[in-house]
Amino acid sequence: MSDQTTNSIAFVADGTIPPSPPPANETGVVKWLRDNLFSNFTNGLLTFASLVLIYLLLKNTLPWFLNGIWQADSLAQCREILNGNVGACFAVLTERWHQLLYGFKYPGDAYWRPNLALLLLLVAAAPVLFFDLPRKLLLFTVVYPFIAFWLIWGGTILVPLVAFLGCVAAAVAFQKLGKNSFAAGFFTAIIVALVVWNVGGALIPEGASDNAWLSAVPSRDLGGFMLNMMLGVTCVSLSVPLGIALALGRQSDMPLIKWVCVIFIEFIRGVPLITLLFVASVMLSYFFPPESTVDLFLRVVIMITMFSAAYIAEVIRGGLAALPRGQYEAADSLGLDYPQAMRLIILPQALKISIPGIVNVAVGLFKDTTLVSVISMFDLVGMIRGPILASTEWNGVYWELLGFAALLFFVVCYGISQYSQWLERRLATDHR
Amino acid sequence: MKKSVFLGAATIAGLAAGAAVAGTVDDVKARGTLNCGVTTGLVGFAAPDANGEWKGFDVSLCRAVAAAVLGDANAVEFVPTTGKTRFTALASGEIDMLARNTTWTFSRDVDLKFEFTGINYYDGQGFLAPKALGVSSAKELDGATVCVQTGTTTELNLADFFRSNNISYEPVPVETNAEGQQQYLAGACDVYTTDASGLAATRATFESPGDHVILPEIISKEPLGPLVRHGDHEWGDVVRWTLNALIAAEELGVTSANLEDMSGNPEANPEVKRLLGTEGTLGEMLGLDADWAARAIAADGNYGEIFAKNIGEETPIGLARGLNGQWTDGGLLYAPPFR
Repeated sequence: MSDQTTNSIAFVADGTIPPSPPPANETGVVKWLRDNLFSNFTNGLLTFASLVLIYLLLKNTLPWFLNGIWQADSLAQCREILNGNVGACFAVLTERWHQLLYGFKYPGDAYWRPNLALLLLLVAAAPVLFFDLPRKLLLFTVVYPFIAFWLIWGGTILVPLVAFLGCVAAAVAFQKLGKNSFAAGFFTAIIVALVVWNVGGALIPEGASDNAWLSAVPSRDLGGFMLNMMLGVTCVSLSVPLGIALALGRQSDMPLIKWVCVIFIEFIRGVPLITLLFVASVMLSYFFPPESTVDLFLRVVIMITMFSAAYIAEVIRGGLAALPRGQYEAADSLGLDYPQAMRLIILPQALKISIPGIVNVAVGLFKDTTLVSVISMFDLVGMIRGPILASTEWNGVYWELLGFAALLFFVVCYGISQYSQWLERRLATDHR
Repeated sequence: MKKSVFLGAATIAGLAAGAAVAGTVDDVKARGTLNCGVTTGLVGFAAPDANGEWKGFDVSLCRAVAAAVLGDANAVEFVPTTGKTRFTALASGEIDMLARNTTWTFSRDVDLKFEFTGINYYDGQGFLAPKALGVSSAKELDGATVCVQTGTTTELNLADFFRSNNISYEPVPVETNAEGQQQYLAGACDVYTTDASGLAATRATFESPGDHVILPEIISKEPLGPLVRHGDHEWGDVVRWTLNALIAAEELGVTSANLEDMSGNPEANPEVKRLLGTEGTLGEMLGLDADWAARAIAADGNYGEIFAKNIGEETPIGLARGLNGQWTDGGLLYAPPFR
């Protein structure tokens, strides 16, 4: 049987032919190289030139980096250890590590407080940034600013408690009255908050902060990268809602509101940030008597927030303008009033369009916080330019310190930009 | 009616503010700390160390004043100021005195309404050149390229010096001292010019400081000193005579080490006795205790000790006394008599 079959038919395929491996130059690394790096003569030349460039760069930086000295007391000692070899003096980073992160006056036994505040910030920011998380987490976000204030500044817990109670009272008042009339609710809430703060402030005994569990730290003692983070986080989170309000105000039909917003935005955008900071630090101290000035940190926060709010307002106005007229009309035809139309129809779409612009402003603002070093606040750059480079031990170390600062800023800014790209993908509902 | 009440309140507030400004001595005593304006960081003159303690030549003067007025050399709140914020900080009352290597000029004294209470460092503009260049005097710098910070008086002084000596030069403008250092080391210019104390501090950071020389010519006068607000003469006197006490102490041989012996010694020089308050009523005239000057000297030592500890030849900065020597040694320090 089998013989017969074999002889009568020359060949029967009893399965598919196993695939043979592709030709050597059409697979793996070789193919990738050919496709991406050497697809034609010009690209090959460019690849080669880039390789030479990378080699030259690494040849000069790698020994510097790898020979780095991490333990020394001064630049002179670093040079002694290196003994004429090329090498970085990273010892400045290890010796001044705490100063770079917390400034030179923040009490050393309290470093855990800003650390804990940063950790809690991640928890508090998570439900705002990632809206798939359970909404109940937002309760912690609401409480977080007061906890962070108490942790970082220390002193009596009564101050943040009164501030919190004032906000709660305002929220309750708004809930009660805001249903009927937005304006009535809004203004009653402000009045209620002011009353609670004033009464509560009067009830806090004099000197309550002296023997508090967390020792009080004045704003002037804050510094280092902690200051940059605090300014960045506070100002971004305050300026986004303020920016939305300004953008809506600019589109308002009510002339007073419209013109107040227009003048505010155009004035702030017409003035450099550094001028505003000088006003905050120098001019305002002329207007107040020496004993009763507003806290410098608060003044700077107000100025930076106003500055970035004006820019964010313009970005959001762009988003509002990009919406088709029909969206507004659709909201009207459903019988929604203005707050409902904005909250449910207009803003979700307009904000989605504005994300790249807002993130752009946020990244710029975070980097702009280093400008406070010109008004003698010791942020990361201020610490480097002032105390560290002016010490007899470390005068002359530039690359290591400024490179470190660049690294810290890069990590944060790159993180923000990655988040925004994720957010854009997550919200992309239209062009599927 | 309402308006007049408001105006009245405003007037009282204004008067209160005026009164607060008038008596800085009492303000400082009531507050218990001295608000002293310093630089945000200048090698040897003022900078916080690794533990966050302010150290430096100007800082020691703040501590001496605090010791004289309050009896505690650590009762100082150091307020860092930049070149741009220093004068407004003083004028607005945020700080009581400014000890921030500030040059005493006519317009600052007269037009800005400040009062310089003495000179604690005689600086001047100099030149830093590599030894390999082979020059021994700035007058041999014909045709040299010079790194100079733009927008400063050093730029103008440089032009004046070369013009008056009839030699030519080519300026290489730099923005900051750090940039000047880098440009000079990279060979972008033959010589680097700025204040002599700054040149010394800069040279101290080089890998081989011995290869560079500071030329002997000093082409400008930069008298640096502490200043206070115009019009508060009691406070101005306290700062002025604290500085004078430190200078006189060096001249009279009173140091922080032999202070106890000197004040207990009945055989001592009568001026030493008056200075240390064992004789006479100088402290009372100033509105302070008798041993105010002794406390000021005890804080960080006399002028010579402060100089040697922060910027003197034993430190990496290695400044010679030069003009800042006592008048008896050919310098310019000359404290008026304590009597």
